[in-house]
Amino acid sequence: MTAQPVEMELETPLTAEQVTALPLGGTVWLSGTIFGLRDATLRRMFDEGAPLPEPLAGYPCLHTAPNARKVDGRYEKICIGTTTSARMERFTRPLLRDAGARAIIGKGGLGDDSLAAMQEYGAVYLAIVGGAAALQTTQIVSIDAVYWEDLFPECLWRFTVKRLGPLIVGMDAHGGNLYAEVAAAAQARAAAAGV
Amino acid sequence: MVEALARAAGEAYVRALKTLPRDVKDALRNARGRERNARAQSILDTICRNVEVAEETGNIICQDTGTPVYYLSLGEAFPLPPRRIEEAVRLGCADVTARYAIRPNAVHPFRRVNTGNNVGRGVPVIHFAFTAGDALELLVVPKGSGSENQSFLKMLVPAEGRAGIERFVLECVTRAGGMPCPPVVLGVGVGGTFDQCAGLAKRAASRPIGSACGDPDGRALEQKLLQAVNALGIGPMGLGGDTTALAVHVETADTHISQLPVAVNTQCWAARRAAVRVDRDGQATILS
Repeated sequence: MTAQPVEMELETPLTAEQVTALPLGGTVWLSGTIFGLRDATLRRMFDEGAPLPEPLAGYPCLHTAPNARKVDGRYEKICIGTTTSARMERFTRPLLRDAGARAIIGKGGLGDDSLAAMQEYGAVYLAIVGGAAALQTTQIVSIDAVYWEDLFPECLWRFTVKRLGPLIVGMDAHGGNLYAEVAAAAQARAAAAGV
Repeated sequence: MVEALARAAGEAYVRALKTLPRDVKDALRNARGRERNARAQSILDTICRNVEVAEETGNIICQDTGTPVYYLSLGEAFPLPPRRIEEAVRLGCADVTARYAIRPNAVHPFRRVNTGNNVGRGVPVIHFAFTAGDALELLVVPKGSGSENQSFLKMLVPAEGRAGIERFVLECVTRAGGMPCPPVVLGVGVGGTFDQCAGLAKRAASRPIGSACGDPDGRALEQKLLQAVNALGIGPMGLGGDTTALAVHVETADTHISQLPVAVNTQCWAARRAAVRVDRDGQATILS
């Protein structure tokens, strides 16, 4: 279908140069610090304007709400996976522009404004295999910080990950979008079949 | 008796979260064998590996612990009345949520405040069917939101017929793309009233893979739609490939002369479910 498969190992934080060089369809394995957030976290950040408890600039953000247990004041991982990104579409632009995130890790892809924002601010969408949370939990080394616990499980989470993946570059920093390619082909096939 | 039933209902929820039914595992493996797209093969490999890791580590398969949906088949001589059974199921869900630190998902629709225990107004969802005998059979389906959000209903007019039904289902699958975690099990309800049609679709999505619709017209539609859906090329996680659906299940009901409702309830690849039978003395037997 697309060109040769490309496999890359990356350490966070990521630079604009690193992410703009990522080819559409390439496979990435991420190590280092990443942040976890989703619906309620993003509403607090951008609708309520709550100040960021720590800077996210340069880091990937994972669309997630973990299963975790608090033991002696610290959160232990139970099962950490990924939620559908499309619900968070309107938050991509502020997340990249104001918070400086360099990558969004999620499933199912994002919309046109997110694609434009990724191009403007230098960021990519990394598609994780949705539902493969038991496996991904083994790639999460630790939960290092948890903010806004009142939103549990939709807190702001900071994780250390080791070779999180495989992650597929589903939307690149140049307007490339695998989801749109697949959807256009599906529509053409449906039309050709007369439905 | 309430305690025994609560335990059986709660443990079935946990078992569903941890172990995929054999038919689903086989369908995933078979799909991997048939798949021709390299990226899709790699995604299916990751999915199959995940199912193994969950079993090896005793972890749950997916982080979305879902909305627990219970289908109860109540024998007429079972010693607890429906109201006490409902109480037991709610108790069981709250208990395992606390004990296993299962992610709580139930929030108030406006205030978005989490109940913290997967029990709330109308949660868990409990359906009753009534049967002969003195046992209670319980099927639990933890329904994840990624796929539930990609569910649709349309009141077609009778003149749209079979072609209209097929067109609507393909539109739904195309619109859903990678969002519901394909390869999916599509539950399609045809006929009935508005609410009944949605219920048929959900029941269809909860059927074992390999089972067939009891209505011959529904069965024919299952085969035709499976082929048509997989010809779209949406593929695992919406990133292209031959495997968009593992199965299409149709359930039908007679409808009004001026109606043709069709509903699609999408189930992700992690088509989790578990069943248990509780005898009149409270003895629980795992069915799946």
